[in-house]
Amino acid sequence: MNMPFYVAPEQVMKDRADYARKGIARGRALVAVRYADGIAIVSENSSETLRKVAEIYDRIAFAGVGKYNEFDQLRVAGVRAADLKGFQYSRDDVDARSLANQYAQILGQIFTHEMKPMEVEILVAEVGHESAGDQMFHILYDGTVFDHRDYTVLGGDADAIGTRLAESFTPELDLAAAVQAGTAALGGDERQIPARDLEVAVLARGNGRRCFHRLADDQVAEMLGGDGPSDDGAAEGAARRPVPADTPPAGHTNPDETLTTDDADSELAPGGSSGSDGTTATTADDG
Amino acid sequence: MAMPVFRPGDDPGTNFADLMRRVGTGEPAIAGHADALGPLPHATTCIAVRFVDGVVIAGDRRATAGNLISHRAMEKVVETDRHSAVAIAGAAGPAMEMVRLFQLQLEHYEKVEGTALSLEGKANQLSMMIRGNLQSALMGLGVVPIFAGWDRRRAMGRLWAYDITGGRYEEREYVATGSGSLHAGTAVKMGYREGLDRGDAIDLVCRGLWEAADADSATGGPDALRGIYPIVATITVDGFTRVDDAELAERYTAISDLVRAPQTATPDGATIS
Repeated sequence: MNMPFYVAPEQVMKDRADYARKGIARGRALVAVRYADGIAIVSENSSETLRKVAEIYDRIAFAGVGKYNEFDQLRVAGVRAADLKGFQYSRDDVDARSLANQYAQILGQIFTHEMKPMEVEILVAEVGHESAGDQMFHILYDGTVFDHRDYTVLGGDADAIGTRLAESFTPELDLAAAVQAGTAALGGDERQIPARDLEVAVLARGNGRRCFHRLADDQVAEMLGGDGPSDDGAAEGAARRPVPADTPPAGHTNPDETLTTDDADSELAPGGSSGSDGTTATTADDG
Repeated sequence: MAMPVFRPGDDPGTNFADLMRRVGTGEPAIAGHADALGPLPHATTCIAVRFVDGVVIAGDRRATAGNLISHRAMEKVVETDRHSAVAIAGAAGPAMEMVRLFQLQLEHYEKVEGTALSLEGKANQLSMMIRGNLQSALMGLGVVPIFAGWDRRRAMGRLWAYDITGGRYEEREYVATGSGSLHAGTAVKMGYREGLDRGDAIDLVCRGLWEAADADSATGGPDALRGIYPIVATITVDGFTRVDDAELAERYTAISDLVRAPQTATPDGATIS
């Protein structure tokens, strides 16, 4: 029998953590910001097809940074867990906290027992029926879970971005202001990220059963204003646009289904489709 | 419930029913005949008609168990996603469960895959689900739906009829299913023409259900007393929209006026009050 060289567990864990952190730091960061009507998730992503942010369930979104194939695998697992639970029990029983715990279990298990930790950080966000019910869970490569209230930053350079966001964040932002704050924090002082290099999605409260929407590049560009995030006048103008009118409808269909390019303008908002029964109870109990 | 994680090559993909089997929550196999259970609720007549902007899909509200009315306000026309709907006839329990699973399957596919199924893909998916129910159908728990939707690729409304084995038949004009389908279908056939507008198409399906209710005891008519009207919905480029009860009440008043007039006179000219 071969005897492996003894390596102290502290050293093993440290090596793995360093490895994961290095992998994550190579990618671009992502922020999630609470605004008055929901949660906006802004990430730097020049790809139009490989997404970092996605829908998990009616009120729950997923976002990941790091290695794409790894967080995408986690995203699909989350969709499956949520759909199974919603089918077996009720749509109201699916909540972000339970998903976040399951993710933490998986990531923790892999971190401790597998050769290679997952090089990902993920976010599970849930928009409540009321503002008080909004939740964000930030889960690290080793299964550590953070519960954030107002905003969170994932990925490399998180400290600097978080500091910038802390300065610009105020409660009850409107959507445009939240997107601006997120973009400015991601870019920092010296860099302005163009709308086409951003992937922005929102969980918009009271927008039908499925709260998750992606914002198109031109919508994002308009929110950022032609003169950049520091231009307050442009920001206010953009902010007054009613969001539900120009985001695709909240029915069963994802805006991504769009095959023609001109149909986002005439869709009517479907009120509440099946499943939204107007209940005001949040799914955010922590019992 | 643990989060389901699979190895590559061993992954159920976008198939939700397969996923349920894999995690052990699938349905148990059953044997025997449903007659042993006594009369079970059955849902009846549904029709769909193409019109110039899309399709109109409609169903009556009655469910019957044997000779009894088991439910007066059943909703047989269900929005499956923003641009499609099913209307079901057959054993109500399995049918509603199938619709629930179908709705979820469409959404599940869309979320896992990142893009929605094509309308034809949805029609095929439903076909497979009916086929999967064949064992139950042979035992007397058949489900025979209609599927209708707006095809965003081709920019047109499309509709499909099914048979109990999952056979899938796309129709150009209209389809009818359920116990009153003969009468409803005939009424629609008589009134159908190319290029119906929304109002005409809604009138036509209302009339079709009226005739079915008139001749088939398992089909419910408009119930002004309780304010229960058939479910009628349009699916156009703007998506699924229910026609509200006030509009249906108005249209049914017009139909009943139309039907009443010639029946007030008997062959010898005496008037019946």
